[in-house]
Amino acid sequence: MNETVLVSGIAKRYGKSTVVRDVSFTLRAGETVALAGHNGAGKTTLIKLMLGLIRPTTGAVRVLGEDPATGDFAVRQRLGYLPESVSFNMALSGRETLRFYARLKRVEATAAEQLFERVGLAAEAVDRPVRTYSKGMRQRLGLAQALLGAPRILLLDEPTSGLDPALRRNFYDLITELRGKGTTVLLSSHALTELEGRTDRVIIINNGVAIADGTLDDLRHIAQLPTRISVRLSQIDAAPKWANGGMNWRRGADGGLDAEILPDRKIRLLHDITADAALISGLTITEPTLDDLYAHFLKAQVTK
Amino acid sequence: MRNVLTIAGKEIQEGTRNRWVLATTLLMAALALTLTFLGSAPTGTVGVNRLDVVIVSLSSLTIFLVPLIALLLSHDAIVGEMERGTMQLLLSYPIGRREIVLGKFLGHLAILAFATLFGYGVAAIALMATGSQIGAESWRAFASMIASSILLGAVFAAIGYLTSALASERSTAGGIAIGVWLFFVLIYDMALLGGLVAAQGQTIPAGVLNAFLLANPTDVYRLLNLGSGGASALSAMGGVAEYTGLSSPVLLAALGFWALAPLGFATVIFSRREL
Repeated sequence: MNETVLVSGIAKRYGKSTVVRDVSFTLRAGETVALAGHNGAGKTTLIKLMLGLIRPTTGAVRVLGEDPATGDFAVRQRLGYLPESVSFNMALSGRETLRFYARLKRVEATAAEQLFERVGLAAEAVDRPVRTYSKGMRQRLGLAQALLGAPRILLLDEPTSGLDPALRRNFYDLITELRGKGTTVLLSSHALTELEGRTDRVIIINNGVAIADGTLDDLRHIAQLPTRISVRLSQIDAAPKWANGGMNWRRGADGGLDAEILPDRKIRLLHDITADAALISGLTITEPTLDDLYAHFLKAQVTK
Repeated sequence: MRNVLTIAGKEIQEGTRNRWVLATTLLMAALALTLTFLGSAPTGTVGVNRLDVVIVSLSSLTIFLVPLIALLLSHDAIVGEMERGTMQLLLSYPIGRREIVLGKFLGHLAILAFATLFGYGVAAIALMATGSQIGAESWRAFASMIASSILLGAVFAAIGYLTSALASERSTAGGIAIGVWLFFVLIYDMALLGGLVAAQGQTIPAGVLNAFLLANPTDVYRLLNLGSGGASALSAMGGVAEYTGLSSPVLLAALGFWALAPLGFATVIFSRREL
């Protein structure tokens, strides 16, 4: 069985407001999937549905073949969850907290203790009460409890919000390692740029609807977003042949030329530009970022 | 069962860490000692068995204090964890909601039992140390007073859980808990007394009085401890107890019902709650 999470046609209504509508997707083993969307788009609701904390109004969720809300909750033994802004009892120490969760998951205390090192929680901090922890340390403790019992599915809600860049890199290294072991990792985020190169697939959620689902390359292909090319000429007033090839070149303030070009014409243009290397002194190619992609899909949905 | 014990253990651990256990034990011991020595001054040392006097005063103390402590401990148990976000994480673990409620309840009950046993035990030990002669009958009454105090604590802890499962905010649960305490401990008896006075000596059928008394767990507790033995004469509750004709097993069953019913409702409500 390669599929670990199956979400089919779910909707969730609270009274009159619909938080999630008609969302379907499948997560497979060894896949890292990003759930992207702005605050309040329905990311957390989807994760709660996958955990069985709430029940879908319509549709069905299957996690490792079980309904998470009513089925055998033994499957939760193979599930790790890191809530958004995770919190623990302030009076207990990190070690006591992790031991408590390890007991619930039937994980040996010694195996649990090894996780401190893995998430990088300093040994001197482990026996201090959680009250004294910084946000980053609390997040590490949260990650440690999510990793208890080598989960097959990891659901991480905004795992990197509030972490400094070094911690973030650390965190993504860990995710890459888990992916290699066949763990399904679903992480939600609204900081899309940091997901670049970290995920196999992106599902974009807006207003409770999944508006895009695919690899980053797929999404780029669908979106047909232009690549931005800026050229610095070696002589300010030169007018190279390629500059009037039917494209909209703009002269920048610093004397450079800027244009936006669709992916299918990119290579040919670059070929033309670099054919006469003496004419140019600099060349910058900016591919559309995830944020551009996200903005594109949001706009597409509004006009639909 | 292992999950229940894990949760209960954590609750006790938290209780010792945030000094709840220490504070309640010290409070109960201090008040019990005060009542033991000040309260028995008027009776002197002759005639009445001193432990019986202590039972009467400690029972009255229990009726005020134990429900308050139980409600303070329990009203936060469910809604508080929901608000802090720790419940969400806990529910993602392989543990049923029933196990969570039961585990927390047992943990809180253990804290209450510890505080009552040691707090009141100190009073009895102090009495022995001053050389009082205490009969076996009084010891039995004292032991059953402690046991029923813990049971009364269980009743109000269960009511606290029910408010905690119902309330959508911690502050609401706190408000309801205080209201529950005021109602059962102060208002109910005053209203009952007022009703009896208003009846102007007309005989109220025993059945009606029974129903009124059983409807309030603190009255059940009072009847249980002050209705018989040496304490009944001292507290003047013997007359009421005789009139109602409620036996100890019936009273115990009533207290048991008062503990289990709210806890059962709390579990059902919590199981249906979405968060």
